[in-house]
Amino acid sequence: MALTNEQLEQYTAELKAFIADHKDIDGPLMPIMQKAQELFGYLSLDTQKIIADALDIPVSEVYGVATFYAQFSLQPKGDNIISVCTGTACYVKGAQAVLDEVVNILGVEPGQTSADGKFTIQDTRCLGCCGLAPVMTVNHDVYGRLTAGDVKGILEKY
Amino acid sequence: MNMVTLTIDGIQVTVPSNYTILEAAREAHITIPTLCYLKDINQIGACRICLVEVAGARGLMASCVTQVGEGMEVKTNTEKLRKARKLNLELLLSDHNRECTSCVRSENCEFQKLCREYGVEDYPYDGAKAPAELDDFSPSIIRDNSKCIKCRRCVAVCTNVQKIGAIGAIGRGFKSKIACAFDKSLADSPCVNCGQCITACPVGALREKSSIDEVWMAINDPDKYVVVQPAPAVRASIGEEFGMPMGTPTTGKLAAALKRLGFDKVFDTDFGADMTIMEEGTELIARLNDKDAVLPMITSCSPGWVKYCETFFPDFIPNLSSCKSPHEMLGAAVKSYFAEKNNIDPAKIFVVSVMPCTAKKFEAKRPELSNNGLADVDCVLTVRELARMIKQAGINYAELPDEDFDDLLGESTGAGVIFGATGGVMEAALRTVYEKVTGKTLEKVDFEAVRGTEGIKEAEIDLDGKKIRVAVAHGTGNAKKLLESVRSGEKSYEFIEVMGCPGGCVTGGGQPIVSSSDLMVKDVKALRAKALYTEDANKPLRKSHENVQLQKLYAEYLGEPGGHKAHELLHTHYEQRPMFK
Repeated sequence: MALTNEQLEQYTAELKAFIADHKDIDGPLMPIMQKAQELFGYLSLDTQKIIADALDIPVSEVYGVATFYAQFSLQPKGDNIISVCTGTACYVKGAQAVLDEVVNILGVEPGQTSADGKFTIQDTRCLGCCGLAPVMTVNHDVYGRLTAGDVKGILEKY
Repeated sequence: MNMVTLTIDGIQVTVPSNYTILEAAREAHITIPTLCYLKDINQIGACRICLVEVAGARGLMASCVTQVGEGMEVKTNTEKLRKARKLNLELLLSDHNRECTSCVRSENCEFQKLCREYGVEDYPYDGAKAPAELDDFSPSIIRDNSKCIKCRRCVAVCTNVQKIGAIGAIGRGFKSKIACAFDKSLADSPCVNCGQCITACPVGALREKSSIDEVWMAINDPDKYVVVQPAPAVRASIGEEFGMPMGTPTTGKLAAALKRLGFDKVFDTDFGADMTIMEEGTELIARLNDKDAVLPMITSCSPGWVKYCETFFPDFIPNLSSCKSPHEMLGAAVKSYFAEKNNIDPAKIFVVSVMPCTAKKFEAKRPELSNNGLADVDCVLTVRELARMIKQAGINYAELPDEDFDDLLGESTGAGVIFGATGGVMEAALRTVYEKVTGKTLEKVDFEAVRGTEGIKEAEIDLDGKKIRVAVAHGTGNAKKLLESVRSGEKSYEFIEVMGCPGGCVTGGGQPIVSSSDLMVKDVKALRAKALYTEDANKPLRKSHENVQLQKLYAEYLGEPGGHKAHELLHTHYEQRPMFK
């Protein structure tokens, strides 16, 4: 979801206060990045610059950590999060074709957000309901025993 | 200091207890191969080439990060180790772009050398290749990740020594790579183009953007009048490219080689350095005499430093001397004074600078460094590129006779020569400023306090009663430390010299590459600087204002130093730059 200017200012102030409290602890970078991700939902270049400046380290170092851990996101999340399970059971049952269709319709790769900001495709392994394979979820809604043909109708609901 | 005794390959050696096994082995004259190790800069045990066997240890140890211990028994040369090292080389090679014949680092590639030594004759692990990218948007530096072995020597020098961190280790696993934040090009990053990453790289993943073809084309163009000028530090190092010992000055051979390459005129950037002193010295005196002037004044010869200041310390832009750097000054004089005197259309003149520097390639493209729409300098070659051209031309450099630079803009004093070493610009300026301020002859021209390779040097200079405080920093990391102390008010100076590269131009990013094994035993900064100081000591004239051809240039053309004409041709301005574009 796009942030309003007021939210941006508020979160930036919160982040700066958090940094001030944490910059002198051992290994301050990870907790500060986690806080930033929690506040903004992702780590923009501007956010990473704020962190780098405050800790007097290069932005490339912050970016290096942000790209090392899958939990950090470099892009704003869409309004709806799509997870197509590519765990073993779903994969065997044809999850790749389902995922390909999602990618095809939205025009972005897993990990990215559609141009209209509506959907983010999340990298996903097992969702824990292999009996329904292949499975995808949109937010907390679960759709099972899918074929590629089902995808369009599901996305239209959101 | 605590000493410990250990045994390496049966040889007993006693070393300080904080030594690594690698350092201890060197004391015992035992060579352990390394790849990611770079003395004082990168010691991370990543490449697993410097493996050794330590009695009682579990597994093989990386000697570059393993500290010595009392009674330790180390083996560096066993079948097990040779196999392990070879295996690691084969694994590294599996994801390496093996275009060795067309690679600029062929024959001085540390990886290639190790593969040959360890008898790597096949590619047993040839498989998928990590996505490779070529970043050639920077005017100075090309990054070719297809050849990168991820040793991180470049990242270490950029982040820990230069304190810039334009590049870092990005991503994870097979997709991990060395890149700029947000995968931007170096051209859009805070990179200052110093090229220290190039001289740190063991392979061909980093190189200068070559201008050799452009220079050959200009030489071959009958309509172009091609003028060349080598920087002070070039003469101190280029002999190394032709097998001469480090620290051999080859000024006469350099002039001879440039003439044989077909340049129409061979001038000397040392002359430009003497010009810089006339202008910068005058500017300093004016600032000292004006109670409202911004002090300390900081030198502006080093384009890596200037971009660093513009990007990281924009509040110090008013402190930067307005002087163009020496080769830009000389270029401006070539396209005005020389052109008029010889009745040559300046538009047909093509000025080539041979520099120990990759940032000069960026500098030459600054639009403000021009006159009447003509760039002061058209093209910049590094020392490495010039050496390649000399080899292409079949010139036997080491056997060349000594020849002189061409008249008019070819004379130089000892002050111009020492510009290539850290502290040299400061010392050259002080020699002239002293005489201008006091009206007396400076008897002892050597200012030892500003010489040497210490990171930050300070001195108080007595100008016949008037005392000025000066400081010298080399490498942007030291500059950062120095400027922070000035900004906080902890330190106060009238005059500061900064060179962007550690050691100054003699160890600039465009200089001949020294292998990590040579760096372990040779003090490159001091050896090359010695060549310049020796040449200075042997010069009949050692103060810039004594340069006869330069006096003529001012009398006939420029007028007074710092005067109207001089300002138009020899001075410039700066701008704040964003970290990322």
